[in-house]
Amino acid sequence: MTTLSINSTLPTADNNAEKSVESMASSVDATKPVAAATPAANTDYTAASANKALTSQKPSAFNKSMRQFFAWMIPPLMGLGLLIAVWTLISHQSQGLPGPVSTFKAAVILFSDPFYINNPNDMGIGWNILNSLQRVATGFGMAALVGIPLGFIIGRYEFMSRMTAPIISLLRPVSPLAWLPIGLLVFKAADPAAIWVIFISAIWPMIINTAVGVSKVPQDYMNVAKVLNLSEWKVVTKILFPYVLPYMMTGVRLSIGVAWLVIVAAEMLTGGVGIGFWVWDEWNNLNVEHIIIAIVIVGVVGLLLEQFLIQIAKRFSYE
Amino acid sequence: MEKAHTAKVLDERYVMLENINMTFVTNKGTFEALKDVNLNIKEGEFVSIIGHSGCGKSTVLNMIAGLLTPTSGNLFCAGREIAKPGPERAVVFQNHSLLPWLTCFENVYLAVDRVFGSKEDKAQLNARTKAALELVGLSHATDKRPNEISGGMKQRVGIARALAMEPKVLLLDEPFGALDALTRAGLQDELMNIMAKSGCTAIMVTHDVDEAVLLSDKIVMMTNGPAATIGEVLPVDLARPRKRLELAEDTHYNHLRSEVLTFLYARHAKKVA
Repeated sequence: MTTLSINSTLPTADNNAEKSVESMASSVDATKPVAAATPAANTDYTAASANKALTSQKPSAFNKSMRQFFAWMIPPLMGLGLLIAVWTLISHQSQGLPGPVSTFKAAVILFSDPFYINNPNDMGIGWNILNSLQRVATGFGMAALVGIPLGFIIGRYEFMSRMTAPIISLLRPVSPLAWLPIGLLVFKAADPAAIWVIFISAIWPMIINTAVGVSKVPQDYMNVAKVLNLSEWKVVTKILFPYVLPYMMTGVRLSIGVAWLVIVAAEMLTGGVGIGFWVWDEWNNLNVEHIIIAIVIVGVVGLLLEQFLIQIAKRFSYE
Repeated sequence: MEKAHTAKVLDERYVMLENINMTFVTNKGTFEALKDVNLNIKEGEFVSIIGHSGCGKSTVLNMIAGLLTPTSGNLFCAGREIAKPGPERAVVFQNHSLLPWLTCFENVYLAVDRVFGSKEDKAQLNARTKAALELVGLSHATDKRPNEISGGMKQRVGIARALAMEPKVLLLDEPFGALDALTRAGLQDELMNIMAKSGCTAIMVTHDVDEAVLLSDKIVMMTNGPAATIGEVLPVDLARPRKRLELAEDTHYNHLRSEVLTFLYARHAKKVA
């Protein structure tokens, strides 16, 4: 497997400078016509739809929205195209860095069977992702259970805020991985230690954002609560919670981002099944395509988690 | 005989402020906001507190509401000392202070539930809430959120919320200050009708002379700060119901109006900053 992948990268690395410059030029050229062609295609499209409108006497809303969609899609597609172009360019210049084509081929093979289990140390990519997600979910869930109520208490009571301020400002800047040895020592196992690292790195944004939200509740609303003589429970459920929710969701988003960042590093150190350890394993096998695939997977999963939480936040927003 | 006397005194001094002093401690040192404020308000009276901005009129209102405690002096409402906020002294806030995540109905219901929730069942509470919104003419907007209705409508909901609590004293903190002149006039007329029906005591902070004369039985005029106090109390003995258009030509109305204007702009003129 390992030798195969090296062989497949060798021809590209063996190319002489002249050829790689040529292919670089061609790849740059290849992106240009796309950019140039799209507006042209657009105008053609407009002309076509205008003709259609003339003949059918009804300007189609569908056509219009499709045109807007394509116009909207051009910049991000150009960005991705640029990324792949730069990648191709660098891979041609460098020894051993696989290009997009060989990486894509490796990805097709990898994802054709994502859920195989050969032995506990050799499982499909799907299992690795799911295991990492499970660790993140556990660590993040516990951090939310502790962090959000703590944030409420800190934001609500000046005394608690001042009491916890030195602890938070001291511990928050600590690199998450510095907590790993403590976790290993206390839990005497790798998996809880990894979850512990997720917990400790994910808890801070939730505490801080929730507390900031609570402390920013407008005095007007609190005056309403005072004049109505609302019970503490009603104050929390009818005023604090709805007001703080957007702040809290920001904290949750930041937390899950951090958790997903940290899991790769933590798993590299603890081992076991997971995307982080998989990256390390593939590095030991010198399977660079798989490392690049892992980078893309981590990015995509992180993006999906973020989008998922944004959707939840939108649902609960009162505005 | 004794009892009747006490009742009469209580009636005369339904809300009573005794030797109120208020000093705020700020970063730059202490600031004496109010000095020696004494005021008696009769039951069922509509009293306006007027003065230039920064004279501490809102401070007085917040003290009666119980949101602020005076540095020294005593406040009483219906014979009891005012120690903290309570639903018998409902407040209509200047910026309406509706909770944006609740509908108009829910905003009013929150107050109704707090005051009557222990005594009445859900249907009665719903009926009270609906009646309050109907009183201010908002039956059609009960399920709207505050950001879906106009400024004037928001302020009506604020008034409905306060009235639904059936307060002994209604406190209004520049209730129409943020509204345009036409909306304001409409709401003033409505407030007059509502107050005539409910007959509850009301204290309103305002900086609008016409509003004060039109609505009040008594206008409390405050001197400028620091160490502001009550400069003069002007009784407004215009017959009710009052009509805005008729009063515009009324000599007595114009006389009262000029009294207030003289106080504000001749005797206690504020230097323009």
